[in-house]
Amino acid sequence: MAAQTQFSGGLENAPVDAAHAFRAAMTVMARPGDIRVLSGSEPPAPLSVAAGTLLLTLCDPETRVHLAGGIDTAAIRNWLTFHTGAPLVSAAKADFAVGTWDALGPLNAYRIGTPEYPDRSATLIVECDRLEQSGAILSGPGIKKTARLSLPGIPALQGNAMLYPLGCDFFFTCGNRVAALPRSTQITSEA
Amino acid sequence: MTDQTEFAIGARRDWMGLLARAPDDTLMTLWDGIETRPSFDWLRRPEIGSVMVRGRTGGTGAPFNLGEMTVTRCSVVLQDGTVGHGYVQGRLKPKAEAAALIDAMMQTGAADEVQARLLDPLQQHMQAVKSTRAAKAAATKVEFFTLVRGED
Repeated sequence: MAAQTQFSGGLENAPVDAAHAFRAAMTVMARPGDIRVLSGSEPPAPLSVAAGTLLLTLCDPETRVHLAGGIDTAAIRNWLTFHTGAPLVSAAKADFAVGTWDALGPLNAYRIGTPEYPDRSATLIVECDRLEQSGAILSGPGIKKTARLSLPGIPALQGNAMLYPLGCDFFFTCGNRVAALPRSTQITSEA
Repeated sequence: MTDQTEFAIGARRDWMGLLARAPDDTLMTLWDGIETRPSFDWLRRPEIGSVMVRGRTGGTGAPFNLGEMTVTRCSVVLQDGTVGHGYVQGRLKPKAEAAALIDAMMQTGAADEVQARLLDPLQQHMQAVKSTRAAKAAATKVEFFTLVRGED
């Protein structure tokens, strides 16, 4: 492989790799608390492998993406544009937003959908320093009894769950691992 | 500096357009004649899709959708980091690969050789085909004119 260039690190076999990644994304969203491995792309730093692969899988010229904080570098902008053609927009217009929990900021900046179209909401991809099955207690659709997931900002996420059927959905990425939290999941902080 | 960049973009637009429209067999024959090919890595493997071709009446009217056409695209990077993009009509993946490599080579020291041995002959061939077709069409042109207006 030549020197890392601005566009390198896309999916090697896009149809197959994207299908595997989409399956992993569907599974974690359907079973909150599950952690799956998500790999295939090599995005420019500081974007994690899982977040980069998710973006390549889910984004196309019709999904608006918001890059928050330290993720918003020229290298990542060029890389994402080359591979997906997704337009880059502000938080208020985004279909997908990527960044650390702190960089993403207060959740009321993002679209939560409308009563007629609850799907017109943002999906946030949160880059985490750690991702493990401990901490907040989750219950709801897709969870047999309870599940646990290390969530950042539990009060804000509880507030988001109260908006159901509106609200945002979340992917949490750390390295090449991914977990998800749909708006339908009830969150209890650890007693 | 601005002029240079604009000149470079204009020149690149010319050869990209030429490669996009080039007939399959002519381009591949000329490409086979280039011995020194750089080694490269894929940025995007050849993929087939369709694009909407838009036109303007008389070149100045409001844009309208003319129709869809099949295109194949790919992107390569040479060992020195030069990036080449290939967008060609049709479904021939080797042609897209050739177009991307030619685009990359046109940005390197090999530009003059590629221009002289591939792009110039290609342009002449396409121009010749176009002229022949235009000449055939012109031969069938019917001129209407009035000998007697019959005003009386």
